[in-house]
Amino acid sequence: MTIPSGLKYTASHEWARLEADGTVSVGITQHAQDLLGDMVYVENPKVGRKVAAKEECAVVESVKAASDVYAPLAGEVVAVNDEVVNAPEKINQDAYGAWMFKLKPGNAADLNGLLDAAGYKAVVDSESH
Amino acid sequence: MLKQTALNAAHRALGAKMVDFSGWDMPLHYGSQIEEHHQVRRDAGMFDVSHMLTIDIEGPPARDFLRLLLANNIDRLQIPGKAMYSCMLDTRGGVLDDLIVYYLREDWFRVVVNAATCDKDLAWMQTQRAGFAPILNIRPRRDMAIMAVQGPHAREKVWQAAPEIRAVTESLKPFQAADCAPYFVGRTGYTGEDGFEIILPAAHAPAFWAALHAVGVKPIGLGARDTLRLEAGMNLYGQDMDETVTPLESGLTWTVDMIAERDFIGKAALKEQVVARDLFGMVLVDKGGVLRSHQKVRTTYGDGEITSGSFSPTLNQSIALARLPKHIPIGELVQVEVRDKLLSAKVVKYPFVRNGKSLIG
Repeated sequence: MTIPSGLKYTASHEWARLEADGTVSVGITQHAQDLLGDMVYVENPKVGRKVAAKEECAVVESVKAASDVYAPLAGEVVAVNDEVVNAPEKINQDAYGAWMFKLKPGNAADLNGLLDAAGYKAVVDSESH
Repeated sequence: MLKQTALNAAHRALGAKMVDFSGWDMPLHYGSQIEEHHQVRRDAGMFDVSHMLTIDIEGPPARDFLRLLLANNIDRLQIPGKAMYSCMLDTRGGVLDDLIVYYLREDWFRVVVNAATCDKDLAWMQTQRAGFAPILNIRPRRDMAIMAVQGPHAREKVWQAAPEIRAVTESLKPFQAADCAPYFVGRTGYTGEDGFEIILPAAHAPAFWAALHAVGVKPIGLGARDTLRLEAGMNLYGQDMDETVTPLESGLTWTVDMIAERDFIGKAALKEQVVARDLFGMVLVDKGGVLRSHQKVRTTYGDGEITSGSFSPTLNQSIALARLPKHIPIGELVQVEVRDKLLSAKVVKYPFVRNGKSLIG
């Protein structure tokens, strides 16, 4: 399973991508969607909501189970992706393309505290043993 | 160490996502559970259900034994090959398991029970056998594999894969089976679609699976099996009923024969029971999540609980079976605790889907 090198990750299986405008896009990893299976419901936070790092701020539900999505870092929600709300299967089809929400980070340096691809791979490997 | 069916290698070769299911290494899906669900509703799919256990009840007292053992009336089976669904109860009326029983001959009945409960079932049967021993034989058939082929085109595909059984199985009516060795073919299933369930020697299973695959029958995992049976309104043992409830509060009153003279284990307890709850269908009206087992249901008639809930691929909305106060009217709007929210759901009659068609207005 490929883990893109340009992204940051959490041990709770979110990915975070720093965009050119300084915002951070957030989604769930390929590994997470594989564990959950076919997605049927996505609930995003409201635009304007301020979230702390590791705060529950979204929900994905597959046929199999519901799972909370946590904010990778502190910030304000500045955009949400209605496409994945209307078609949750986009997360299955393209986990790293299907962003859920964008944060304006309180402190962009917080990104450095997240896992890189190698660190996240170690998390995934340890779970499958 | 997980137990493996004779088709384990076949599942892995097809890229199945394997999971621990009651101690068995079984396919959850082969890519997309929802696609597999639609495949069965629209065409044909095949399931490995060899984790379930075939038990042969042999010997002259077989019918007398089953008269006592089963809540449904074995005397409804008078034509060889006929099959029947029944619960097996304990003395308090609690459901030990649900099963299908086939009548082959007066000295040969065949029962198929659930995987998680099969050891408990065998022990119970052995205990009840006392009055019939030694000429009653209870024979677990772990040498047998079980495959289900389900969908509107399932029977036609089976005949393409095994033309030699067509003549014998073409005339089978629903809930009827034929022994055409090495295949034992029943027109039964757990999906709400037409099709067969086939019991065959484990050694024959990989070749038969491959033959079905070659004529275009897609493999279907246990994930889709669950959403198919839920849409079809069929109970799942361990979720919709278990030893703590009776069939009368599990939507299974139709399977209990209280009219015939015969006594059966649990009958006295059922006669005494004041039934306050039963199983109902529910569809989620609000957006905001998916109905799941154990979610609490609030109604003006009293509280209840979801026993099975999921997303229905056919209806494209969330559906559930729930144990609710018995006198709640169909059509009633109720509130379900979904995570931190209360969502509206409607009480409906089930099944939700039969033969590919929605039954929900």
